[in-house]
Formats: sequence, C-alpha cells, structure tokens
Amino acid sequence: MEPPESGSVIDGFVLGERIHAGSMATIYRLTGSEGPLPLVMKIPRLGPGERAVNVIGFEVCRTVLGAMAQSHHHPTLVAYGDVETTPYLVMEHIEGVRLDDWLARAPVAPEEVARLGSAIALALHDLHRQDVVHLDLKPTNVLFRQSGEAVLIDFGLAHHGHFPDLLAEELRIPLGNWVYMAPEQALGVRCDPRSDIYALGGILYELATGRLPFGHPSTVGELRRRLYRDPVPPRALVPATPEWLQEIVLRCLEVDARERYASAPEVALALSSPGQVQLTERGSRRRRASLPTLARRRIRAARFEPAPCPPPSKQPHVIRVVAVAIAPQEGNEALRRALRDAAREAVAADPACRIACITVVPPAAALSGVGEENSATGRHIRRLIELRGWAKPLDLPDERVTYHVLESDKPAAALVDYVAMNDVAHLLIGAPGAGTLPWRFAGVGPQVVGSVPCTVTVVRPRAEG
Amino acid sequence: MGAERHAFLGDLVGYGADPVAVLELIATHASNGAVVVLGNHDAAAMGRPDDALSRNALAAVDWTRAQLGPRQLAFLASLPLTVGADDIRYVHASAAAPEQWIYISGPREAAESLEAGNASYIFSGHVHEQKLYYTGASGRPMAFRPVPGTPIPTSKQHRWLAIVGSAGQPRDGNNAACYTLFDTDRERLTFFRVPYDYGSAMRKIRAAGLPERLALRLERGT
Repeated sequence: MEPPESGSVIDGFVLGERIHAGSMATIYRLTGSEGPLPLVMKIPRLGPGERAVNVIGFEVCRTVLGAMAQSHHHPTLVAYGDVETTPYLVMEHIEGVRLDDWLARAPVAPEEVARLGSAIALALHDLHRQDVVHLDLKPTNVLFRQSGEAVLIDFGLAHHGHFPDLLAEELRIPLGNWVYMAPEQALGVRCDPRSDIYALGGILYELATGRLPFGHPSTVGELRRRLYRDPVPPRALVPATPEWLQEIVLRCLEVDARERYASAPEVALALSSPGQVQLTERGSRRRRASLPTLARRRIRAARFEPAPCPPPSKQPHVIRVVAVAIAPQEGNEALRRALRDAAREAVAADPACRIACITVVPPAAALSGVGEENSATGRHIRRLIELRGWAKPLDLPDERVTYHVLESDKPAAALVDYVAMNDVAHLLIGAPGAGTLPWRFAGVGPQVVGSVPCTVTVVRPRAEG
Repeated sequence: MGAERHAFLGDLVGYGADPVAVLELIATHASNGAVVVLGNHDAAAMGRPDDALSRNALAAVDWTRAQLGPRQLAFLASLPLTVGADDIRYVHASAAAPEQWIYISGPREAAESLEAGNASYIFSGHVHEQKLYYTGASGRPMAFRPVPGTPIPTSKQHRWLAIVGSAGQPRDGNNAACYTLFDTDRERLTFFRVPYDYGSAMRKIRAAGLPERLALRLERGT
C-alpha cells in the first residue's frame, strides 16, 4: 500500500510535508491545525508485503503513548485512527536538536556527554516510573528541546507493564536496534527497564568515543557476542575520557542487568555529580578482557540466565531519595541533631533509600573573599566537609549518601529545583523559629513546603528540659 | 459503570447461602437480555454427577439442591453451556469442550478454547483469578495478569480470552469480588476488583451449616 500524498485529508487532518519515510511508517507534518501544538501524523506501512509487526507496533505505540501521563519527555498523543480501516497516530511534533547531530561531532567533551546523558536518563525515568520500558533507545529516537530536556520518540517496540505485551513472543530475530540492544533483550526479555539503561550506556559510549561499543552486528550470533565480549574501554580510545565517565558508561553496559545502575535517576545523578561517582576497576580499565578470561566468559555466557525483571511497582521510586536540607555549620546544633535523627528514621523505614545532604551557599560571584581560605572553591570544599561531618554519625555506606553544595541567592528555589530535578521522594528541612537559624535558611521552610513536589518533613528539635 | 448488558458466566450457585435469591436475580437479568451460561456447580446442583468436586463443594451442592424450588431448577435447566453473539463467545470453562469443564490454566488450554470459540473474544469463568490471554503476531496465546481498573485497548487483529474472575470465591488472597467490563464501541476491556460485604455472606454460610471453609475463604481470599 503506497503512503498517501502530501495534501491528502484523513479524518479532517490535512497532510503537509512528508518528513520521514521508513520501513515501518511514514510521518507527515500536519498543516492548518489550530491547536496549541504543532502536529505530525504517523501512518504505519500496512498491507500485503509489509511486516505483521508493523500493525502490532502501531497498536503498541497507540496503547503506550495513550496511557502515559502528559510530559515533556515524550510526544503527546492527540488522536488515532482505527487499526482496521484508517490506521494513523496524530502526535505532537517535537522541534528539537537530534541526538544524531551530536554524534556527528563525537567524540564529544565529557561535560557535554554528561549533560546529554543525564537528560536522557531523566526522560527514561519518566517512562520507567510509569512501568514503561522503551526498548528501542537509539540516537534517532532522542531529541532535545530548547530547554535541554530530552524527548524520547517512537514507542512502537515499547513494553507497558499494565497492558498485554503484543510483542512478547519468542521471536527468532530479536526486535529493536541491535547496536544498542541489551543482552537480555537479545534473548527475548522485554520487561526490564535496565535494558534501556544498557542502551543509554551504548549512546554514552558513542558520544564519548565516536565509536560503537559492539559495532554493527548483522547476525543473531554476532548480536549475542556482547554476552561475553566486553567493549574496548573508552579511555583506550579517547585518553581524555575521565575515569568517572568510563565508570558510568561501563557500568551501564554490564552484561547482567543487576550489575548496572538499578534505575535511571541514579545514572542521571552520577552524570551530574562526577565527583561523587564511586570509582571501581571499571573506571581505570585500560584494555579489554584477556583471551583466557574471554574463554571463561564465553563458556559462562552459554548458560546465561537473564536477571528477573524488577516487579512493576505502584511506587514510582526504584530507590527513594531522601534529601536533607542542612544549614551551614554556624547553624543551630540541636536542629542539626534533630535532622540527623529524622534521617536515621528515614533509613530505618526504608533501608534501600539514599540520603542526599544539601546545603545552599551564595553564588561565587557574590563572594568578596581573597586568598585560598575565602575563595569560591575553598568555601565549596569547606561546606562539603561540613556535610560529610553531619552525615558521619549516620554510618551509611558511601553509595547510600551523597553531598551537594548548591549555589544560589534563593535557597528555597534552589531546594525546590533540586528536589524536582533529582526526583527526591522526601525532603527533611528544619523548622523556622527552631532556635537561632542561620539567616540563609530562615523562612525557607514555608516557601519550600508550599511548592516542593514531594513529601516534606519539617523537623524541630525537642524543647530542652 | 455504564454497563448496558450483563453476562453471567456460570457457577451461579453452589458456594453461598443465598442460591434462591441469586437465581431469581439472575433470571430477571436473563429476561432482560442478559447472557447466562451454565457452570459445573450449577450442573451439580441440578443433580448431574460431577466427580471433580471436592468434599466441601459436594456438601454445598447437596444443601443447595434442597433449597431450590421447581422454578429455580427449571431456570438452571434452561441454561446453555455456551452462547456466541457479535464475535463474542461466552462459556464457563473451555469452548473446546464446554461440558468437560476443562480449566483454562495456561496458554495451551487457552489456544484450544480460542480455536474452538470461533470469535475474537471469549469470556470465561471456572478459573477464579482474573487473566487475559491474547495472541500476538504468531497467533499463539500469551497470558497477562490484568491491572484492576486499567482499561486495556484491544482489537480484532488479535484474539482475546478473558477470565473475568469470580465474584466471591477468590483464590489470590484478595477478598474483593471480580468483574470485567467490555466496552464494545471502543474495544476496551477493564478488569475490576470491588470490596463487598463478605461479613454478611460469611454469617449466612455459617448459619446455613455449610462447610466452614466456604465462609473463611470469603474473608481470607484463599
């Protein structure tokens, strides 16, 4: 069946320029639409000679997009036609920079890799917390809005935990883009959000090195080689790659999903705070596994059992982040203790949670200090040490606690932004009037409580005597 | 919920202490056009022997039969094993052999029922837990455990076998009753769980002297 010409009218929608003609679908810009969003129509290639999976992909796309909450991270579905008579999807047209354009310039500077990767990770999290796994994450399916937010498109191969998976069959040829496909997906697993984290690892690798971690496999056998063959470490290709970035990339690309980051926001966090990345052997690795190791892995790979998919959850947080807003050192000691007690209770209630210790300082430009002591870096480091000192008695393992010194003139706004960006589940903050609060945090509590998108506990020290 | 038609998928009686009231209610629905099919417990209550029933179930069946008057027995006797209409088949157990009360316990049984059902949609009971079997590109059915309250878009490109779940005989630890709504215009299928007054139902079962297990199950859900 030939795709319709520009100028055709389908269900009242006027087809404009044809902007994409692929093997699965044709996409047109729509003209004359009065709505608030620029729109496109996607028409699947159906009919004799086309693949059955095209129909199913169309249905999957309709179901998944239709079920997701409206968000900046994926196009909004506006209308759809009947699959049997006039199949089409009308969606928001995303105007943005394509990830492809960045890749054309790879290797990209580590800071840029981190910025782009972190935006993609946050977009993935938006899907994952709704029990959606994309399963076809590749450069052509990622766009960036002006704001820097990543938008994921093309949900034709996605899995939504609330709906029957029409593509969940033992297919001889694994569905999806083989370049970025996770090992478990190559074996037919379609319910693990960590498969998207693997694909993100492939994208980060490509951004950082300009090379593909596993080339272009053309047979299922070549595709499965990633079950035992590790990629060349990025630092071996681009020596300027920092260890933290290599650590993140290679952890995303772990064969066993359990060895990867457990959730997308953890990847975003690692990418946005390189100083906090726990370096292991992965970060400093200089070459691929030796031949004897490879031989051993190859034998093991034959018996590889994919990790069980994490249970689809009603709770959106894979690992709950509990943020604690801590005033600088000159603050009230009783309040600092009370905050620590509250953090201890949070850890007791959810032993898997992560504690993010946050403080806010004035921007560097506002500082007039001279010399090492008062330099911006000096102060920053001092605050970090204070935060570590505050958290020390909690006695948490390193990966369960992170430290963040935010620079802002508006502490309340900075905290609210932090909570929103990092998907914090619970914020602990000192009560106003609880003793002599330092000036920077006075009055912050009520402003934060009013506007922060998470649960807030306002902590007050017990009255003395 | 906007339901315009009702379907009752069998085992109307044989577990609870209100068989007469239940049958009168369903007979009224039936006279208004509801689909009603016969279940194995209904058949047993009419006196058809059934070796597969447990001791508790047999005790309840005997008790039930003693309660039913000629009108209720005649209504049960009038019930078909399966009804097919508008590309939908209603059957208590498997459409492959409705009178054999085969449990749809996996994709293989679902495939047999779908093969024989000759309809895009089959609605069944017999198995107590909600489940949706559906076919993908290959035509082989796969199983899905529905999320209660989430409408599932369907299409006639696939075939669907919905186990709608039982109202009052749970097996999954959740004591809420089950039902399923099919929006034929939008081709959406929604499985529901609803809490109900199981306390009264338990009291009546105990007062009737029915096996204690039948009362406890309503509360415990297993």
